[in-house]
Amino acid sequence: MAHLSEAAVAKINEICDRYEGEKTPLMMILSDIQKEYGYIPLDVQQIVSERTGVSVAEIYGVVTFYSFFSLKPKGKFVIGCCLGTACYVKGAQQVIDKFSEILGIKPGETTDDGMFTIDALRCIGACGIAPAVSINGKVYPKVAVSAVPGIIDELRAQGEE
Amino acid sequence: MIKTFEELESKQVACSKCLDGKFAGEDGKRAIVLCGGTGCLSSNSAEIRERFEKLVAEKGLSDKVTVNQVGCFGFCSQGPFVKIYPEDTLYRMVKIEDVDEIIEKDIEGGEVVERLLYVDPATKEKIAKQDDITFYKKQHRIALHGCGQIDPENIEEALGAGAFKGLARALKMDRKDVVDEVLTSGIRGRGGAGFPTGRKWMFAMNGDGDKYVVCNGDEGDPGAFMDRSILEGNPLAVIEGMMIAGYAIGAQNGYFYVRAEYPIAVNRLKIAIKQAEELGLLGDNILGSGFSFRAHIRLGAGAFVCGEETALLNSIQGQRGMPRPRPPFPAVKGLWDRPTVVNNVETLACIPYILREGAAKFAECGTEKSKGTKVFALGGKINNVGLVEVPMGTTLRELIYDIGGGVPNGKKFKAIQTGGPSGGCLTEKDLDAEIDFDNLVAKGSMMGSGGAIVMDEDNCMVDVAKFYMEFICDESCGKCSPCRIGTKRMLEYLTKITEGKATMEDLTQLEELAATIKAGSLCALGQTAANPVLSTLTHFRDEYIAHIVDKKCPAGVCKNLMQYVINKDKCYGCGACAKQCPVGAITKTDYIAEGKKLPALAIDPQKCIKCGMCVATCKFGAIEKK
Repeated sequence: MAHLSEAAVAKINEICDRYEGEKTPLMMILSDIQKEYGYIPLDVQQIVSERTGVSVAEIYGVVTFYSFFSLKPKGKFVIGCCLGTACYVKGAQQVIDKFSEILGIKPGETTDDGMFTIDALRCIGACGIAPAVSINGKVYPKVAVSAVPGIIDELRAQGEE
Repeated sequence: MIKTFEELESKQVACSKCLDGKFAGEDGKRAIVLCGGTGCLSSNSAEIRERFEKLVAEKGLSDKVTVNQVGCFGFCSQGPFVKIYPEDTLYRMVKIEDVDEIIEKDIEGGEVVERLLYVDPATKEKIAKQDDITFYKKQHRIALHGCGQIDPENIEEALGAGAFKGLARALKMDRKDVVDEVLTSGIRGRGGAGFPTGRKWMFAMNGDGDKYVVCNGDEGDPGAFMDRSILEGNPLAVIEGMMIAGYAIGAQNGYFYVRAEYPIAVNRLKIAIKQAEELGLLGDNILGSGFSFRAHIRLGAGAFVCGEETALLNSIQGQRGMPRPRPPFPAVKGLWDRPTVVNNVETLACIPYILREGAAKFAECGTEKSKGTKVFALGGKINNVGLVEVPMGTTLRELIYDIGGGVPNGKKFKAIQTGGPSGGCLTEKDLDAEIDFDNLVAKGSMMGSGGAIVMDEDNCMVDVAKFYMEFICDESCGKCSPCRIGTKRMLEYLTKITEGKATMEDLTQLEELAATIKAGSLCALGQTAANPVLSTLTHFRDEYIAHIVDKKCPAGVCKNLMQYVINKDKCYGCGACAKQCPVGAITKTDYIAEGKKLPALAIDPQKCIKCGMCVATCKFGAIEKK
């Protein structure tokens, strides 16, 4: 557990403490951790296992069963670039490449500061406003490559608020 | 704190006076009430409310007007709603820009803002009052009691609307008599299967030791939002229903299992539980009756199968949400192996009414074997999208045409899908069938939890069946092989059919597989997984055959089987479609139609990605699907 900070360990313990008196609180603990950190990696599962007495194998089984739980972190802003055919032919590949270039990550990855994740999406049904980018559920229409730096700045400003 | 029955009664009387006073304007104030359901909130009803509050404060109207939020009005396609009491004026599709006008014209000037009134599409008449709108006329509200009327975050309004009257009556009765009352009412589980609620309670009542009541709020059918709206609109009714169940079976703890996707519902439920606890209506020795009860909330984590009761119980127990074989049924061996009653949100919302008004009153409406009402989430190709509660025995025609306002854009009705991924389609010839549990099953569908999706001639039924199969395939928990592997194979056949690559042999195998999955699956999810396919095969076999033999999709949905073609005699050659085409598939021909000045355009089928942009652009209807 070398790379878990002391603060993180304390927080996870605190989350476990919240449900001290509850019968079978595993789902609640995992939900809170997911909400707090955006993911539930193995070393966190290990702490939860020690605290609840549930084996890591079982916890891992639960984490991978429910779609709300994730083993890998996602950023504060999930930038979903539509790579459906209509967006693709309107230059969506260049748009996603620009996001990748500026943020220094590939699609599916998250920036080190935990701010951004880039996802490549299949058609989101917004062919009329192609290329479309969906960021945390909000759809940005007709995103030009030149508009990408502005969008990132805007999000970063929001994120730092 | 309310410690006795008498104290509760006087509180209810006071609150009811207060609430009636608000509606009737007896307190000398007018009330501005906004819909706070998920639908209206996402179309800015919270910002609209803030604007109202700000203006009321700025203009010094605070002693004359109150602003608050209530639960879902149900008529979601016309939201956000603003209602003004005591006149009972209903404004619809209100935007933030309209707030100033409502305040100036209506609140200050006493004049109705005509342009924001609902217009009856048939008569073109403007209607100011909710009760005069056809959508509401045929409805009968039992489960939705209080929704859209009371502030769900204020227990006093709920008490004013009769909350805890049912519980108070139950607590004065013998436990067995409470179960009998529920049995006599004839109420059947609203979650889908329609098992008599009273029977479930009876089984659990007979067990010993610790027992539990669980409220199933894991509403996962695509297109269904009944439970969410009830929890958002009147959470206390569901809590009261749960408490009555707890008293009847001898349980002291109740668990709400609610989807994590419903944050507003969860939050209001939390508030309602807290307020009830503060008043002593939840906790130890409630009303001095000796009955103690506590309500807990557990959240789902995005697994459709957890709507199945045994999977749900496993999830509360911190395990993977996988079903287990029944028997033993949860009423005998449920949560932590103790007798447990699992009831749906809507079922529990009906219970206070049954105890308050009596079983006979509940049984007054409905059919012989299905009593009471049912809430439906009307959606799809229908004018009045929204939430409706109708007496059992209402016909589909009334539901779709009288309440739902029929199919938009003059299109032809094709089918109504009920029961979500476990249900099936009903067609034109079933329209006069009375809606009840047994009738819908006899017609090859099922009541389900209440999602009702209307489809018109533009929907491809094979594609619809494929949509549901994709859903089930994703959501299959993987425990039993008929469901895990079978649904995947069925999806492959359906994909082949929609791509025009299937043979009649495939169709036979699809049907065989459907029968196997139905017979061999462990839980209801698998046992009913084939229903959408079987039911569309029964009613629309010709569509399947058209895909397989003629390689055509009659509805023009399946992209592999259709083409966009420009009718060269209708084309004016304006080029609007070519500008919109994202792939540059539209080019000029050298044909000029009679009476036209410019050469007609044509679509290159090799380049076309069938996005439909050109059809949406063309003003002359020159682009056709073939």
